[in-house]
Order: sequence, then structure tokens, then C-alpha cells
Amino acid sequence: MIRKTFESDIQQVKDEVLLLGSMVEHAIIGSVDALKKRDIKAAEKIIAEDKEINKKRFAIENQLMILIATQQPMAHDLRLLASTMEIISELERMGDYAKGIANINVRMGDEKLLKPLIDVPRMAQKGADMLHRALTAFVQEDVATAQALPIEDDEVDALYNQIYRELMIFVIEDPKNIERANWLLWVAHNLERFSDRVTNICERTIFIATGEFGEIKSSDDEFWKNQKK
Amino acid sequence: MENTNYAIETNNLSIHYGNFTAVKGVNMKVERQKITAIIGPSGCGKSTLLRAFNRMNDFVPSCHVTGELLLDNQNLYGKNVDPVEVRRKIGMVFQKPNPFPKSIYENIAWGARINGFKGKMDELVEQSLRSAALWDEVKDKLQQSAYALSGGQQQRLCIARTIAIQPEIILMDEPASALDPISTLRIEELMQELKKNYTILIVTHNMQQAARASDYTAMMMIDDQRAGGVIEFDDTKAIFTRPKDKRTEDYVTGRFG
Repeated sequence: MIRKTFESDIQQVKDEVLLLGSMVEHAIIGSVDALKKRDIKAAEKIIAEDKEINKKRFAIENQLMILIATQQPMAHDLRLLASTMEIISELERMGDYAKGIANINVRMGDEKLLKPLIDVPRMAQKGADMLHRALTAFVQEDVATAQALPIEDDEVDALYNQIYRELMIFVIEDPKNIERANWLLWVAHNLERFSDRVTNICERTIFIATGEFGEIKSSDDEFWKNQKK
Repeated sequence: MENTNYAIETNNLSIHYGNFTAVKGVNMKVERQKITAIIGPSGCGKSTLLRAFNRMNDFVPSCHVTGELLLDNQNLYGKNVDPVEVRRKIGMVFQKPNPFPKSIYENIAWGARINGFKGKMDELVEQSLRSAALWDEVKDKLQQSAYALSGGQQQRLCIARTIAIQPEIILMDEPASALDPISTLRIEELMQELKKNYTILIVTHNMQQAARASDYTAMMMIDDQRAGGVIEFDDTKAIFTRPKDKRTEDYVTGRFG
């Protein structure tokens, strides 16, 4: 026996999660692109669109609650619905990072960027790419990919460390750079956190597929360890 | 056995009807003062297994049991074991409430009297009805017929009747399937109270009930010879969140068959 109605409802939820994910990808790439070009109008648009992301998250949450209430999910179904609840909240927070970057862009006003953006767009690109693959792994319950992706987060951390050091040099050279360095550091920090949340999504995918909870690795620990050296 | 955590234990227990094996090779340790649910699709041998626990299958002429069923180190299917004594220690509550066609009071007192109860009957009746969460509803009409009660009340009366004999184990075969949702929840709440003093084994078709009410769950399924067996036995939480056997997964998620 196949629970046709329930299965198609689940598929619909997964489709909605993919849609939410693509909105978040679009937002993070767009926010950095707007910053690079210092396009304030584009940044304002990203800020406005974040409301759509939040709305979509709540719509999916509502769908999930209705399924839990009406279908009494068990075992794999239960893990999937409960974890999807978690994943959409990660996605919403990731959207907030994009909005944060757009906000910085707006608040910078006429001020010029401290330096041309090279590594920051790389971080955004890498984060968006990881997110895309993480959500594909989620839909397909691809455990191997979900386990491998968090390791790629090291690349994002390495870029972050590099940006951090560069900005410190600007600050040491001339304390007048502090504010503008701080803007960019905040942007890079948002991007670093963005990819960390991809790891959380991957952990959920592994839990859905196997029933095993596990922290894959904390890149935050890695970062702070590097700072002590 | 008294000092172990297990109230009852089966050792390669099989139940046969003539040449046909209905339940095969069950090894189960039922923990004391816990609720153990037996689930599985229709015809998998759940009720047959439950009935074997207090030798109810003895009433089926072609039925015989192999293996061991251990209560206090004694094989209940051994020689010199009196099935009536077994049923006194291991009480049973059935799907359909089956009170005696007597007064509420007599429903409790009768079994106790037959079993040689010598204490104060009024106290036993009150205590049993209180334990079954029925006292407040019936204390003013103890002499009325049990048939005047609602289905849910009748089922609690049957539970009270079972408790009155002071069994060690209570078997419940679909005790709430003929009841409305509120009465069902009341029985489930009652089970949580009862497990403080008794060990409960319950057969249920209602998976949500097993998930809500039990501590351990045994999943049964027939093999290709149509013999039922326990394919997975675990903590109820594990059975309903991360079962190990694919067949359990398919059953609890409603994709069986």
C-alpha cells in the first residue's frame, strides 16, 4: 500500500523548500553583487524581498503542521517533517544574512568600499553553491553528499580568515579605516555564518535518512582555534 | 525471577494449531511494571500470542504450545501447572467489555469470592473500583446492573474485576477498540496508573495508542509460511522514530502490504 495523498503532500512540501532555497540563494548572491556595485536600489529590493522569504517559511511551516496533525507521521515520515521544520528555519535565517549585507550597503551611503571585493563574492558564490547542493541532497536523501558538503565549508572559513587578516592590516595602517573595515568584516561574517547553516541542513538530511543525530563538525571551533595561533 | 526486572519471559515460544504453526519462536522479556504493546497487521498472531500468556488457548482443542513461558522461574506450560492458577496471576481484559450479568458490586466480588477472598468485601470492591478510576461514577449505584453502564465504564469495570484478584500481569486485547475517543484516552490514562503496581501487555491495532501508551513495543509479522513472529522488539520511542527493520518502518508509517 502506498499512501498516495500523503506522499504527494510530502513532495509538495519538498518542492516548496527548494523554492525557498532558491529565493535565499538569489538573495545572498544579489546582496553581495549589489554591494560590489554599490547599487543601493538593488540592496533595498533585497531587503524588501526578505519579507517574501519569511512569508514562504511560515507558509511551509503551516503546511508541515497540518500534515503532522492530520497524517500522524511516524518513523521516517516523522523525522522528515520535523527536520524540514528545522531546515526552513535555517533557510529563513540565511535569508536574514543576505538582508544584513543589503542593510550594510544601504547604511554605507556614499562611502566608498575600503577595497575592491574579490574574496567576498567568492564566499557568497561558494555558500550559495553549497546550499544548492545541500538542498538537492535533502530532497534525494543523499547521505554521502550531506556528509561531504560540510568539509567544503573549510574553503569558506579560509576565505573568511584571509579577509579578516587583510582588513586588520588596513586598520593597523590607518585607524581611519576602522569603520569601513568593520562594514566588510560584518559582511564576511554573515557569509561565514551562511555556510555554517548549510552544515546544519546536511546534519538534518543525515538524520532523516538514517535516524542518527550527529554533529558533522563545527567550523566555528575551527575558526576560533585558528585565531589563537 | 521475583528480583529480576522481568515479569515474564518467553523462550522460543511457538503456538501450533494441529500441523499449522501460528506463532513461531518468540523470545521476549517483558519488563516488570511497564506497558508492553504488541502491534502488527491483522492475522500476524498478536492475539494468539497474548492468549498464550495466560493459557487461554487451552480452550482451543487443536492448539498446543512449545517452548517456555517463564513466570517466577516456572514454566507455565510445564507439568503440574494449574491453568486456573495461571489465569489468577495473569488477568485479561478483552476487546468487548464483558461484565457479568450481575450488579456492579457482584462483578467485583464474585471472582474474589471464588478465589477464596476472606477479607472485607466492601473494601475490596471500593479499592478495585478506585484503582480502575470508576469509583466516583458508580459509588451510589453499586447494586445496579453492570449493563446499565456505558461501554467505557463497563471496560473499566472489567479492569476493576481483574485487579480485584490481585494479578501480577494484566493482558489487554484491544481494550479500547470498541470505545469512543474520550473513553479510550481514559483507559490509556488508567493504564499509566496501573503500571505502578502491575505489568501490562496490550495488543492494539491502533498504532497511535501503542505510541502514546506503551514503554516497549513488539512488532509482529508473518513469514512466508504464514507463521507469525516478533520481528522487532524495542523501546516504543525507537520503534516509532527510528525502527531498525524495514517492515516495521513500512507498518508504522502506514505503507504496509
